Amino acid sequence: MCNIIIVLIVLTNFGIVTANRINRIIQIVIIQGILLGLLPVTMGIWRHNHILLIVCATIITKGYLIPYLFRHATRKLKLTKELTKYISFNMSLVLCALGTGFGLFLAKRFFLINYDDYHMMIVIASTSTFFSGFILLITRKKALMQVVGYLMLENSIYLFGLILTENMPLFIEMGILLDLFVGIFLMMIVIRHITATFNSIDTRYLTELKD
Amino acid sequence: MPWLLILLPIILLFISLYIRDNVVRTYILPIAGTSHLASLLLTLWFWHQPLIVNWLNIDALGSWILIIISTLFFLLSFYAKAYLCLHQKNDNRIFIISFLIFLSLASLLAQAQHPGLIWITMEAITLATAPLIYFHHNRRSIEAIWKYLILSSVGITLAMLGTLFLAYSANIENIKGPLFFNTLINNAKLLSKIWLKTGFILSLVGYGTKIGLAPLHTWKPDVYGESPGVVSALLSGCLTTCAFLALLRIFAILVAANEGHFARQLMLSLGLFSMLWAMIFIIKQTDIKRMLAYSSVEHMGIIAVGIGFGGQAIIFALFHMAANALIKSVLFMSASNIIRCFANNKLSYINGAIRRTPISAWLFFIGFLAIAGIPPFTIFISEFNISIIAICKTHIIIWSLFLILLCGIFLAMSSTVIKIIFGKPKVNRVRNNHKDTIALTAPIIVTLFLSVIFGIWLPKSLVKMLQCAACLVDGQI
Repeated sequence: MCNIIIVLIVLTNFGIVTANRINRIIQIVIIQGILLGLLPVTMGIWRHNHILLIVCATIITKGYLIPYLFRHATRKLKLTKELTKYISFNMSLVLCALGTGFGLFLAKRFFLINYDDYHMMIVIASTSTFFSGFILLITRKKALMQVVGYLMLENSIYLFGLILTENMPLFIEMGILLDLFVGIFLMMIVIRHITATFNSIDTRYLTELKD
Repeated sequence: MPWLLILLPIILLFISLYIRDNVVRTYILPIAGTSHLASLLLTLWFWHQPLIVNWLNIDALGSWILIIISTLFFLLSFYAKAYLCLHQKNDNRIFIISFLIFLSLASLLAQAQHPGLIWITMEAITLATAPLIYFHHNRRSIEAIWKYLILSSVGITLAMLGTLFLAYSANIENIKGPLFFNTLINNAKLLSKIWLKTGFILSLVGYGTKIGLAPLHTWKPDVYGESPGVVSALLSGCLTTCAFLALLRIFAILVAANEGHFARQLMLSLGLFSMLWAMIFIIKQTDIKRMLAYSSVEHMGIIAVGIGFGGQAIIFALFHMAANALIKSVLFMSASNIIRCFANNKLSYINGAIRRTPISAWLFFIGFLAIAGIPPFTIFISEFNISIIAICKTHIIIWSLFLILLCGIFLAMSSTVIKIIFGKPKVNRVRNNHKDTIALTAPIIVTLFLSVIFGIWLPKSLVKMLQCAACLVDGQI
């Protein structure tokens, strides 16, 4: 069961990288958030009490609160639905696939605790999400997409942290989630100010400071 | 006692929320600075070696960083109060809240003994200092805050991946329990090498983004150039020190695991690269604050180089953190005064500051000489000793590169500084009513004075604390 969820997470990466409209991206982000939240349960580590708390907190934050912030920004600021990007749809897909392949290569090279279990799959999914996040961060022209890219980077960290869940103290997981939420909240406030100043969130306007 | 340092600024923050008047609210900052410094000195007076390893502990390295942060905050709080009183039309509530949250989180970070807790605090500090950059609400500062948020957050995410790799290196060897730094250092030789080294590289990149080592420093010139002078001083003095602390704790684990040579080589190469990059970009720099930002990149490079040399040089690298914090704040505060009187950052508008704002101009000039390494200031002690150790310990190419870069940066900065300070003010310059007041220049004079005192004499207990801190970085407890 947990293998299916990990594969679905990798598929959502491909979905986000190749989507063309902001609404579609927010929908796939919600799906990814919920899948990430459900993963610890299917991994069979729900024996510890605090894991259930982490599961609930992750689903609420990544599945509802953060996408709500994105939707609020899209509606309030009347952002155009079409996405602009520096590289084409096909190229993004190829880069995402290369990232996933690199994850496979890394997982084999690194010495993991046990290969039969889910650790290797999680490392692959983590690397895939990592590179997809960077693709979004670098090649998208809208500031909102950079925030989505940052969210995917944090998702990849969370995925990798699942290998260590039994040893990770509760409040560290909670702290990471809280930091993520506050960070995205702050970025949304800045995006509101950017829209008020420049009338768009295209990052090509943010190029005045240079040497 | 350790909790007092963290909770004191939060209590004052809640008090400040109830104050309606803009001017009266600014008094909270000097009160916070003074009370924090007083409680720190009291804590250190009654300090003894803790018996059990806990989530929060004050050890030698943490207490040295706490002293730097607290002293700098104390000096900056008086300047910040005067600065906010000048800009009364801006609402200073968010400014004061961010300042106080920063102090509280920095105290937490200096006492944290778990890599996860350090990471959370570092990320929280990044988010807490972001609103400070946007104090002036103009186009340039919005670009600066956006770059700061994205670059710092992505960098910090990489640092988290590094921390997780570190934790995994312990997990693989079945080391149980919360992974405090003490536990990791004691079991360092057992940790899985490949995960440990990769974790260090990722943490170096991640925390290096916060420190400002090239090529990860690109947010620095924009942020230091567009934020108020006192905010730049805080970021360059305190924030970089905190980030260095986070990096040094992980560095210590590597040294204890017999991978010190690998870690030191990385620090040395990044340090020299930062100095080279800073030199290239300081040449013909026309913006004062951006020039100071590149100077900050250079000094972070010098600290990294000092750590990279290892041994005795670590003591002087730690001392350099304090020296850099003091002198950089002098430079930023006096630059802020000069810019206010000329109403522009750029060199083409500022000329002959010594006639327009004599005190600030003199302080800026003395600060520039101090940061270049003139005795009797503190920077001379650290740079001179690091150079001597470099000549004794390393290859001729490395130490000659180090000395040539130091000279080159001094030459590059001096051309800009002399144009700013000396010369005749232009006839068509912007004329306004701003001038040097006691409130805006006294903190700078006190900071410079402190720098002279500590350049000549350091109390024995502080010397002992520095030596213990260097031992901790070297991987021994």
